[in-house]
Parts: sequence; structure tokens; C-alpha cells
Amino acid sequence: MTARGFDPKAQAGKAPNPSRHVEVLVIGAGPAGIAAALAAVRGGAEVLLVDENPVAGGLMGLDVPLYYGGRYTGAVQAKARMVEPVFAAKAGLAEAIEAGVEIELGVYCWGAWVPGQGLASLPAPVAGLADEERSWLVGFDRLILAAGARDVAIGFPGWAQPGVMGARALESLLTVYDAFSGRRLVILGSGDLAARTARLAVGRGLEVVAVIETQPAFRVADDRFPAGVERLAGHAPVLASGGIDGVERLTVRNLVTGAERTLACDTIVEAIGLTPAVELLDVLGADLAMQPRLGGHAPVSPDGVATSLPQVSLAGDVAGVDQGPDAVVYRQAWARALGAVGGDDEVIVCQCEAVSRAALLAVRQPTYLGPPSEAMAARGLDRLLDDGPANQDQIKRLTRAGMGPCQGRRCREQIALTLANAANISAETIPLAGYRAPVRPLPLSVLAAWDEDPVMAATWDVWFGIKGQWTPYADIGTDREALYDGLFGGDMHL
Amino acid sequence: MTDLETPGASVIVVGGGVTGLSAAWWLARSGVDVLVLDKGIVGWEASGRNGGGASHYHSPLFAEEQRLWPLMDEMLGYSTEYRRERVVFATNALHHQQYQRMAQMCRDLGWRVDDLDPAQVREFVPLAGDNVVSGIHLRFGGQANPQRTVQAYAWALQDRGGRILQHAPALRIVTSGGRVTGVETPRGRFGCDHLVVAAGPQGEALLRQVGARLPLAPARAEMIVTEPAPLMPVGGADGNGLYGRQTLRGNLAYGGGPHEWMDIGPAGPERRPSTPVLRNLSRRLAELLPKAAQLRVIRSWAGVVENTPDGRPVIDRLSDPGNLTVATMSGVGFGLSPASGHAIRDLVLDGACSFADLGKLSIKRFVDLPEDWRERAGWTPTSHEEGLVGLRL
Repeated sequence: MTARGFDPKAQAGKAPNPSRHVEVLVIGAGPAGIAAALAAVRGGAEVLLVDENPVAGGLMGLDVPLYYGGRYTGAVQAKARMVEPVFAAKAGLAEAIEAGVEIELGVYCWGAWVPGQGLASLPAPVAGLADEERSWLVGFDRLILAAGARDVAIGFPGWAQPGVMGARALESLLTVYDAFSGRRLVILGSGDLAARTARLAVGRGLEVVAVIETQPAFRVADDRFPAGVERLAGHAPVLASGGIDGVERLTVRNLVTGAERTLACDTIVEAIGLTPAVELLDVLGADLAMQPRLGGHAPVSPDGVATSLPQVSLAGDVAGVDQGPDAVVYRQAWARALGAVGGDDEVIVCQCEAVSRAALLAVRQPTYLGPPSEAMAARGLDRLLDDGPANQDQIKRLTRAGMGPCQGRRCREQIALTLANAANISAETIPLAGYRAPVRPLPLSVLAAWDEDPVMAATWDVWFGIKGQWTPYADIGTDREALYDGLFGGDMHL
Repeated sequence: MTDLETPGASVIVVGGGVTGLSAAWWLARSGVDVLVLDKGIVGWEASGRNGGGASHYHSPLFAEEQRLWPLMDEMLGYSTEYRRERVVFATNALHHQQYQRMAQMCRDLGWRVDDLDPAQVREFVPLAGDNVVSGIHLRFGGQANPQRTVQAYAWALQDRGGRILQHAPALRIVTSGGRVTGVETPRGRFGCDHLVVAAGPQGEALLRQVGARLPLAPARAEMIVTEPAPLMPVGGADGNGLYGRQTLRGNLAYGGGPHEWMDIGPAGPERRPSTPVLRNLSRRLAELLPKAAQLRVIRSWAGVVENTPDGRPVIDRLSDPGNLTVATMSGVGFGLSPASGHAIRDLVLDGACSFADLGKLSIKRFVDLPEDWRERAGWTPTSHEEGLVGLRL
């Protein structure tokens, strides 16, 4: 038995020093997160509850974390002044503080890790947090994830302008921020989410012009919607148009007769589906699986609380929102109906990278590369699918759809739906497009480890620091080899 | 997956990474009937998860790489996003000294390097700041888009009649009478006259089946990506302990720093986590390019790299079985791929590389390596506690 060696350039021994440790870290201060934090603190645990609201106006503009569609008032631009109203709006926070929960608002969680496969060097669970100024790490014994769910967006002509938004984002702007700037709404979708959205809007004194359903019948009973709201089944949005402030009207088409109508509105709310906000779970390496009833790729959990990771549990909608067994089938039908309306060239599926539905389906190279070669022009989705099942991450690499600063929040699900329709397969078979830290798009200067451990700096190498790796070939095996030892420090290979 | 009735091929390449695909493409260009088998999707491992650098001047393949890269878009018929040249610049005196030595070494090798003053550095790299001490301009080398390039090889191979079978991991090398006769996969057995193993970390176990020793240690290395910035005159801008590039789209993609050794089964990595090291990378990038400090980081990634004990590639045609050629590039596979594929083609068809001596990259150099070399080197998964002890010594 020989002595085990040690590689000083590897990660082992340099695990980041968390600036603090808590027994229980709760991410998300919605009702479920607050309840979980209260339960934990009453059980005698030390609890830190963080919530990213109020988020910076700049992130809201990117539709992070929710699909706000630009329909917020200027109040959200002053994050510091939003903290108090957000605190007041979240019922139960005062009680949680009273009970001993420590609360930080306006704090993002951009990553979380537990020791496991490929992470042998990580000594203990750690989460990455940040505000607008800096980032820091918090160690935890238990993580309760109450990250909620977000809206599934599907594009149609004119959708990429202010005023087209998601139902969850509307709820947040109305109930948490009190900063919704629209007045006249059209709601897309006819299930429970659409009905609740319509009731919420009417209850807040907003006008709901119409509820639109592409399918022949509504998914929930008419009496679930507020009285007097027009309900149009078998209709599809065909064009949202407006001016510099975004949507002013929506043209809808009767899919049976072809007749079109134009509805005056300033906001179009997509209430077609919710998908659990699993990005932190994916970074953590928790098991996720397509569970249509729960709204898509959802955590594998026996009871809606436990995850495949012993240190991580769920609270609330991040476990999935029951939308019926056909939730993904329904979404796919919506995507098919909107696809049939046409406008593949003008519907920008990925707004960040300006990838149209036509470009996605043709696996077209991005426009910065200029016109495609003859060979490239002959390549399309059909030929790619001949070589293997549809994979969103592969198509993203080629088209850039989903690679922008919104981190695919606006387009992730609709790319899967569009691919599935093009391949004539169920969207339930499309693998999850992976999430990576940071799961919030934060500036280099904020994420930067200004508090870096000196050992990290002392042992930093551009690459692996393998002795002799960069010796010029002619000198290998000659007495010149020794010349290169230490000549370049850790900065040889660039 | 069901068994396929797909026939075998004259040459089978195991591994649809950049090296295997380039080799297959070169073979197809020579009219050879070639089939690539991949465990998953082409370019899914380190070939599609790397820094895109093409400046490995220490390699015997480098001159051929430099000749080929500017021609690759046309030869392949697809864009690789190749851009020429690199700027390496120092923000402190130590780095200045080290980069000057690097420049001298390159000059000794016959490659042109220009010295840059801080103003010149900022001209080439406008995101650089007032902290620049000096720079060197490599008038060679360059960078390309790994994901687009790997798909370009795959498509170009198909355009020349080659075949690719994805989701078909090689389970067993079939031999008969001292020669390789085929490969077994869950999707059927495929016969061949010659086998190329370019299977990344999985190559070691495959080679062991034919009694050959290919010592490999896989490790994970991390990178970060920012949102796009306006295009700089030179996209390959390195320094401050980082390697990386500005993509043609404008994103900054940078890596460096500590890696993690892994154990990997025949199916490949179960996960490729990136870690809080992204904070250390962010810091270095904000220091290197202060005018980019407000750019948002939108992704990170980790690629799993297989390393040989000396960190140098293996490109070799075995003597027994004589119809098996092996390649593993130990971290420099992407940049050298135009030339490594050419070399493998030569070894398969002609028995020797036509443009470079590869003798020192032979697999034979490892015959006397102790079985427990990874443990001796500390190149195995290591806990935090072991790390603390090691760093204290």
C-alpha cells in the first residue's frame, strides 16, 4: 500500500466558507414558505426565511422570476421603497418574526448544493444568496424550498411586447407589489387558473374583457368565472397590436367560422398552465420527473414534501400544482392551435435571442452568422429528429433559443411544446432542459467572491496544473523538460 | 431501444465527441465507410462543454491545426464560429513576468507574438480597464464555438455518407484471431475492419477488454457565461488566472480554477455539477474586464475531462490488436480536433501520421505505470477533510 497523494489544485479542502450557518433555510415567503418556517421555528429550530421580493426592476424587465410582461408601475424601480409594502402584503410575516423566524426580503437564492455525485469535496450543504450589492453563502442543515410555480407562456403574433404576461405574475403584481399598471384584461385559458385569475382581477376592480379558449369547450364550469365576463371557446388569439406602451387590442379568430373580432385591452394574461419552479432543485440534483398532473417536470416526492435529497424538502406549489392529468396535453393543444394560426416567421419564441418559431423549426443558425451555407440551409428539425429523439438542450445550442438572460423562463416550455408538435409526439416525452447556477441572472460584481479564501488564491491554476502538460513536444524526454517547471506559475495554459 | 439491422462499417468510431467525429469525417473524406457510435448525443460531454480555445502550441499537431482552422467552415460546410488570434494581458507584475516568458517560448517555437502596452490592450479588448500592466498578442491560435463545431463535424460526416448512431453505448469490443471484428451495443452488434476508440473517460475500460492499458482520470472543470457585450476586436482575451473567450454573439465564457476528480461508470457522468466556484470565477472576470463587471452571469457549466497521467494526449495505433486506434486528448481535444482527426485517419489508413511525429504520444509510455497511480497522484474523489489535511502539509 502506497501513500495516497494529494492534488493541491483540486477543489478538496477549498470548499467555500459560508459566512454563516442556519439550521433551517426556507426559500420563498409565500403562504407555504411562511407556514413551513413557522412550523420549524416552533419545533425549536433556528430558521432563516428569505424571499427575493421585492426583486430589482431590472430583473422584472427580464421577466425574472415571473412573466411580468412589463405591466408594472414605476414603483417597482425603487426596490428599497418596495420592501415595506411587500412585507405588509405578505400576511403572516409579522407573526413569523414574532415567533423567532429571521427574515430577509429582496434576497435572491441563486444556487444550492449538497454533497453527492461529483461533489465529493463539498463538506456540507450550502446555498448561494445575493442582494443587489453582493453575494454570500449560507450553510444549512435543512432546506425547505417554497419557490412556487411559474407561468407557461406560449407565443402568438404580437406577443413579444409589453402587456402580454402570465397569471402568476399578475397575481404577484396585484397582491404582493400593488403595482399592476393594466386596466382591461383578456385572459387566455379556461381552467382553474384562468377562472381564479378572472375572479382576482374583477375583485381588484379591473375589467376582464374576455376569456379565450382555443379548445371547443371550457375546462371548468362557466359559473367559476365572474358574471358578465365574455367567454369565447373555440377562439384563438391571432394578433396583439398596440403602440409604444404595448398592447392596445387583441384580434381573436373563431376557429370554426374563421370570423375575427378585435377586443380593446391593455393586457393579455396567459393562464394556460403553471409549472413548478424547479430550477434550484435541478441545481441541487434532486430527482425530477415529468408529472403532467403537477404541471410538467416536477420533483419526485412521495408526499409533496420530501425530495430525493434528505436535506431538502418542499412546501407549496414548488411540489406541483394539480392541474389535472391532461395538463400537458392541454398545453400542447394550445401550442398546436397557436401554431396553426400561423405567423411562424413573426412569432419570436425566444425573445432574448430573437429566435422565431420558424427559425426554431428549421434549426436555423442565429442571424449573427449571416446567411446559412447551402448545407446548413438543408438541415432542419426533420433531419435532426432522424438522428435521435428531440432534445431541447441540443436544439438550444444550435439555434440559441433559450440561451438569453431571462434564462429560458419565457420560452423553455413553449420550445418543448413546439418541438413535440413538430415531431408529432407528446410533449411529456421531451426531456427537461437543464438549469444551471446562477438561477437568477446576477452581475459579475455581485456574484464575485470578494471574500475569497486566501488558500483558493494561492492554489488557483488556469487549468489542472499537471506537471509537464504544456512542455513543447520537441522538448519532451530531453533535458530541456525541467526548464518549464514552475516557469509560468499557475498561468501557463491560456 | 430495439436491436437495429444496421450493418457494420469498414471503420467504427466509438465516441461522438469532437475527436471521434473529426476522425470519422476525415475517413469519410477518404471514401471510407464509417460508423460513429455514441452513448448519447454527439458532443454531449467535454467536446461541447469547454472553452473553445484553439491555441495549443506545445502540441505536435499544432501546425496542422493552425493550417486547418481557417479552412474548416468551408471544408465542413457549416459554421464553427472560428476567430483568429488571442490577447493575453497582465493586471499585475507577476502575471506580466509569466506572460513575457510565455511569449518568449512561443517565439522560440517559431510563432509570432507582439508585445502590447496597456492602451493597445484596451484597443483590442475594450472591456479591459485601467489596471492593465501589459499584454501579449498571439498572432496565431484562436477560438471557436464548441457546440456548433461538434455538430458541424457530425453533419459534415453525414453529408459524406458516414453514419452516426446516437444512444448506442459500446459495451464490448468483439475480437477474433487477435483482431477486432466488431462492437456490441444495446442496439445490436456492429462488425468492422478497424476500430477507433475515442470514447473519453469510457476509453479506459474498453481498452482493458483487449488487454491494453489506457490510464485515465476524469475530472470536472467549470465555466461561467455572461449576457452579451458588444463585440471586441479580439474575442480570445485571457489573463488573471482565466481562460475563455467572447462568443460571436457577445457572451463572455470563462473558466479556470480548481477541478474535482470523479469516478465515472460506463454510462458516463451521472451529473456534471458546477459549484460556488462560480463566485471565484466571477471575481476574476470582473477584475480582468472591469468594464464588464455589471454584466449578468446567466449560466455556468461543468465539463468532464479525462486526463492521462502526464496530461498529454494519446494518439496511437496498437500493435495488438493491430486494427485498433485509440485517441484521448487530455484536455486539449477541442482546439486540436481538425488535426487530431487527420492524424487518426492517417494511422487507420496508412499506419503512420503523414504530417507529424506522434511517437511520444504512444500508449506504450504507460506500461510500467503502477496500478494505483491515481491514488498516488491524489487524482481520485477527495473529501473536504482530506483536502484540509493535504493543503496543510
